[in-house]
Amino acid sequence: MQLIQLVIDGIASGCIYGLVALGFVLIYKATETINFAQGDILMLGAFVAYSLIGIMGMDYLTGFALTVLIIAAFGFFLDAVVIRQIIGQPAFATVMLTIGLGFIFRGFASIYWGTDIFSFSTPFSGKITEFNGLIISYVNLSIIGGTAILMSVLFLFFNFSKIGVAMRASSENQLAAYYMGIPVKFIFSLIWSISAGVAAVAGVLLAPITLVDTSISLIGLKAFAAAVLGGFGSIPGAIVGGIIIGIVEQLCGTYENYLFEGIREISAYLVLILTLIIYPRGLFSDKAEVKKV
Amino acid sequence: MRFIFKTKYSQDINIARHAGDKFWYSLLILVMAMMPLFLDDFYLGEISYICILSIAGIGLMILSGYTGLASLGHAAFLGIGAYTHAFLLTNGVPFLVSIPIVIAVSFLVGAVIGIPILRLTGMYLAIATLALGFIAEHVFIKWEHVTGGNRGMPVPQPEFMGISFYNSIFFYYVCLIFLIVSMFAAINILRSPTGRAFVAIRDSEIAAQSLGVNLGLYKALSFAVSGAFTGLAGALLAHYIGYLAPDIFNIFLSLTLLLLIVVGGMGSLHGTVFGAIFVGFLPQLIAICRDYLPSSIGSQPGLEPMLFGLILVFFILYEPLGIYGRWVKIKLFFELFPTYKSQTFKKQKVFTKSDRV
Repeated sequence: MQLIQLVIDGIASGCIYGLVALGFVLIYKATETINFAQGDILMLGAFVAYSLIGIMGMDYLTGFALTVLIIAAFGFFLDAVVIRQIIGQPAFATVMLTIGLGFIFRGFASIYWGTDIFSFSTPFSGKITEFNGLIISYVNLSIIGGTAILMSVLFLFFNFSKIGVAMRASSENQLAAYYMGIPVKFIFSLIWSISAGVAAVAGVLLAPITLVDTSISLIGLKAFAAAVLGGFGSIPGAIVGGIIIGIVEQLCGTYENYLFEGIREISAYLVLILTLIIYPRGLFSDKAEVKKV
Repeated sequence: MRFIFKTKYSQDINIARHAGDKFWYSLLILVMAMMPLFLDDFYLGEISYICILSIAGIGLMILSGYTGLASLGHAAFLGIGAYTHAFLLTNGVPFLVSIPIVIAVSFLVGAVIGIPILRLTGMYLAIATLALGFIAEHVFIKWEHVTGGNRGMPVPQPEFMGISFYNSIFFYYVCLIFLIVSMFAAINILRSPTGRAFVAIRDSEIAAQSLGVNLGLYKALSFAVSGAFTGLAGALLAHYIGYLAPDIFNIFLSLTLLLLIVVGGMGSLHGTVFGAIFVGFLPQLIAICRDYLPSSIGSQPGLEPMLFGLILVFFILYEPLGIYGRWVKIKLFFELFPTYKSQTFKKQKVFTKSDRV
């Protein structure tokens, strides 16, 4: 029973990793760049939600929706103004650029909102439900439910909407998409905005658990493990990878005494390195194998 | 404008390109050696720190600037060097024996880590090194009977020929000598076939492979050599800090090293020194800026990471060749005056190179 309890907690935190990883995957699939600032965008989302809900006193759902819209618009302009300039530079330049942007966001957040730890009230805070002796908090339910809803919306969007199909086409082959009259640059900016919006959703859902401060941007680094495990480039892979990482982390934390002390904090990174060494293409990769030497 | 008339093939790999180089660099070394006559302890300490940063920068430059492999976890090597050195000194190993052991240990760790993860390319490598950096930080925290864990670990300051490392003039000379030796070592590695193989790998892996460069071997070697330089810098850093704590060797330090090589200029050893000067004086610069800003902004703790990020973004977007690249441009401007054309260094229009097969 304890095991099932742990697995449920793991799934909830794993969904957050999965959502952040989803942001990486969307951008990587389309533009072959990795956004190291994904975790910082998540942090911005949590802070904007705190401003709207906690300070301005908005309704939770309105504030949630508005936050996602604001961050998505931010993501759009981030690509249109900054990221697009370095297309064609070596991968290293993109890595450094997004790391630099992450630092700017974090610095901005700690100047504008301060370095204290904030929280805002949600309809889920502090409520739990019991089911056959399992204790499930509403916050965890909201995370799992929110992820499921978001995934379904994205699935429908990518498969049945015109823009969604255009996005998939641009990811498959930029040049061919361009010849078909798809505005590839605009589509890429739109993908950045969706990815930022997904990060904002993760940030708002996560806020009741970790509270809001600048250190939650570190989640972005753990989410790399989820993305790599899922096979960088696969959307369901990102979520499954995230859930696996979440469960592994919970189990390592509980059975720490049998393994070695402090394994909880590094378990995600250990999984990441092991995946890269043993099976670098990841669980769900539909693409060709990662280039090897 | 100076034209070098080459009469032998071996001139291509000379350390000094012409007599002017010999003169100016000898003068620079002489001036550096005379520094303790003009400067007080505070500035000597700062310059020693810049020397240490330069050595670490050489390490990362060989890996990222010359072999083209990104590492986001290089603080781990600084940590390994620092802790190994402090551990050996605590157990009574003399300084001059400890340093070669530190270099050997960092070299081996670099090779051992390098072999499995260097099969990865580009982004995957950056992510894997990031993860290694975190794991190393946790090892420093948890391996308490060697590193002292979160309590930290004092670094013994041994006496050397009757002079203690507390003496800032002596420490300055130690750092300077190690910097000069490392610089010569790096120059010699880079003009040897090994170094040429590194550059070939950076420019085109496929071309390098067709010319008989064993990619796996040379990438691992680059990682190991880079680790050795950075480990040496770590050992000196241990003396500079005096008290080791695991949170010194965090991701922020790794990113500072990257800032160093990007700002200094990717792919040039001059760049490591320029970058080290920049990074070394950055905190002072920020402290000065704080005084001019209104106190509501100036007193914010977030100012430093924000400026850090802004500088990084600015250099990546507008001066990818760093301070050294700017210096080369300015020099050429005066050499060609008044016929200099800004198109000389114009970025070529490039398209995304795909990793996908």
